[in-house]
Amino acid sequence: MSIAATFEIEFLQYLDADGKLVRDDLPAFARDIRQLVDLYKQMLFVRVFDAKAVALQRTGKLGTYASCLGHEAAHVAIGSAMQEDDVFAPMYREYGAQFLRGVKPREVLLYWGGDERGSDFSGPAHDFAWCVPIATQCLHAAGSALAFKVRKEPRVAVTVVGDGGSSKGDFYGAINVAGAMQLPLVAVIVNNQWAISVPRTAQTGAKTLAQKGIAAGLECLQVDGNDLVAMRTAMDYAVKRARHGHGGMVIEAVTYRLSDHTTADDARRYRPDDEVKAAWAREPLKRMKTYLMSLNAWTEKEEEEWKAECATRVDAEVNAYLETKSQPTEAMFDYTWAELPADLAAQRAEALARDKTTH
Amino acid sequence: MAQITLIEAVTQALAYEMKHDASVVVLGEDVGVNGGVFRATQGLQQAFGSERVIDTPLDELTIAGLTVGLAAQGMKPIAEAQFEGFIYPMMEHIACHAARLRTRTRGRMTCPAVFRAPWGGGIRAPEHHSEANEHLFTNIPGLRVVLPSSPGRAYGLLLAAIRDPDPVIFLEPKRIYRQYKEEVADDGEALPLDVCFVLRDGSDVTLVTWGAQVKETLEAADALAAEGIGAEVIDVATLKPLDFDTIHESVRKTGRCVIVHEAPRTAGFGAEIAARLAEHAMYDLVAPVERVTGYDTHIPLYRLEMKYLPSVERIVAAAKRTLAAS
Repeated sequence: MSIAATFEIEFLQYLDADGKLVRDDLPAFARDIRQLVDLYKQMLFVRVFDAKAVALQRTGKLGTYASCLGHEAAHVAIGSAMQEDDVFAPMYREYGAQFLRGVKPREVLLYWGGDERGSDFSGPAHDFAWCVPIATQCLHAAGSALAFKVRKEPRVAVTVVGDGGSSKGDFYGAINVAGAMQLPLVAVIVNNQWAISVPRTAQTGAKTLAQKGIAAGLECLQVDGNDLVAMRTAMDYAVKRARHGHGGMVIEAVTYRLSDHTTADDARRYRPDDEVKAAWAREPLKRMKTYLMSLNAWTEKEEEEWKAECATRVDAEVNAYLETKSQPTEAMFDYTWAELPADLAAQRAEALARDKTTH
Repeated sequence: MAQITLIEAVTQALAYEMKHDASVVVLGEDVGVNGGVFRATQGLQQAFGSERVIDTPLDELTIAGLTVGLAAQGMKPIAEAQFEGFIYPMMEHIACHAARLRTRTRGRMTCPAVFRAPWGGGIRAPEHHSEANEHLFTNIPGLRVVLPSSPGRAYGLLLAAIRDPDPVIFLEPKRIYRQYKEEVADDGEALPLDVCFVLRDGSDVTLVTWGAQVKETLEAADALAAEGIGAEVIDVATLKPLDFDTIHESVRKTGRCVIVHEAPRTAGFGAEIAARLAEHAMYDLVAPVERVTGYDTHIPLYRLEMKYLPSVERIVAAAKRTLAAS
């Protein structure tokens, strides 16, 4: 027998769990201390926002909410590596990426707070909103990438899917067509080890999730998803080569879901405390803080001041959310079609008449 | 003016719109060099290039998801499901995204896409190649459902579907793809997407139908006329949104209604029309509404399929029952 083809999956890490630099080829952005500090501050902002959102749900002021605790490095790296013209097709907890694209925290809250206007957000009008049907967003990103290719635009579509989502046909379909058509698609599998209660090991027999891209003919890379420097390096590389017509890429960001799946979930039912405790030792903010402090680029005082500033900013967003009045009844009807058909107009009138009699 | 078949009218509409709107792309399995298994996209790739007439990987899920992505980014994609029986993997993208994008984003994003599929039985095809399932789409908010039954209506309605700002399910009755030719001017004139077509006037009974059953229904009207019974024939063609006014107006005149469709009876689209007649036309009716439909079975393999499909005899018998009732 001869060998038809061989493949390898590389793993990229710059900062280990203790915040120590393990490579000596730092890319330009990571040699710019101010930029690193900004990215770290962004991660911290996301974490403050996330804790507040969970608290709002616990106190009955928000519906079910999907926390992003532990995913901050992956999400901030994605958002900071993209250009405004690029298209982002998220799943439903990538706030760290979306904030960098102009989505407001109040809009995230509005969506989970039961109001469609959250998805009419301040981010780029061509970005997709939160996508609950698992992995379907991967194909919408691929379709966007196909539009860019047809129109010969130097734009990139970036999508995020979970470890569970990488089991779905939509994910395979998206990377397959990206390979077949040489589409500018970057598919990031944020592998947080748990799809609600089902562990990564139960999703697939594959050694890595990154290797799924091999079958599609895409370049693949596994990255320490808790390492902002590695994640951003990988994203910069993937986005650049896609933009220049060299095709799509699959990045597996290995991280850990430190929270419950959503506020409606209780992860203590299915995973051991020891595992979660061990994951906290690898979490993304701590190592970045340690690294920045080792460079004398960040102090505890600055940390406290920035946290306070984040809390102030988040509170303002929360207030704006809480002060947002519900949409009127007719909003349920008015966006179903470009023009309301006669029979739906009659149903709308019926609902409005009921409003009058019940008030 | 050329005499063309229904499928040639589909091709003519696709070519016209691709020529006049650079954002229109066609995608599906075998739609390129092969021109589609029924030849609906014949010659389009040669005329408009492989970047606009796209042979996709063999995966309906991929076709549907790409279509949503393309439409959301300002293209006007026309996706082909090779057969109606293969459209099921597309359902999630159609129902959860294409039909929902506008309302989800309060109009920030829209999905001006067309999903075409050869529809229905009667061509002695293998299993899963003969489905009639328009009712699965008519219950989805935000989705237009169109089913033309003549070359002229196929041309005008497909142009309208492509130009419509919302997603359209465009089902093509493949049994009558090549049944007859008629003159269809390639003038780019679209037909309205919310008006039924009255194909024949009559004052005794209203026959309401769509798709390939228009053929049998018109033949039934001829047979009834030979016995002195005037049957009005309405081709619904644009099922959703439904132009109930045209149906109601006819029933006001005739007092009798027979609904004919190929899909299974229970919760078929005929049930919606019957329900609206009960709601709005109860006192215009002089006889119970009749339905002549496919049975509540899967359409059988082809040796029995003509027993399943509504026949002229069944339609005539139903019409006569409405006359006997009053």
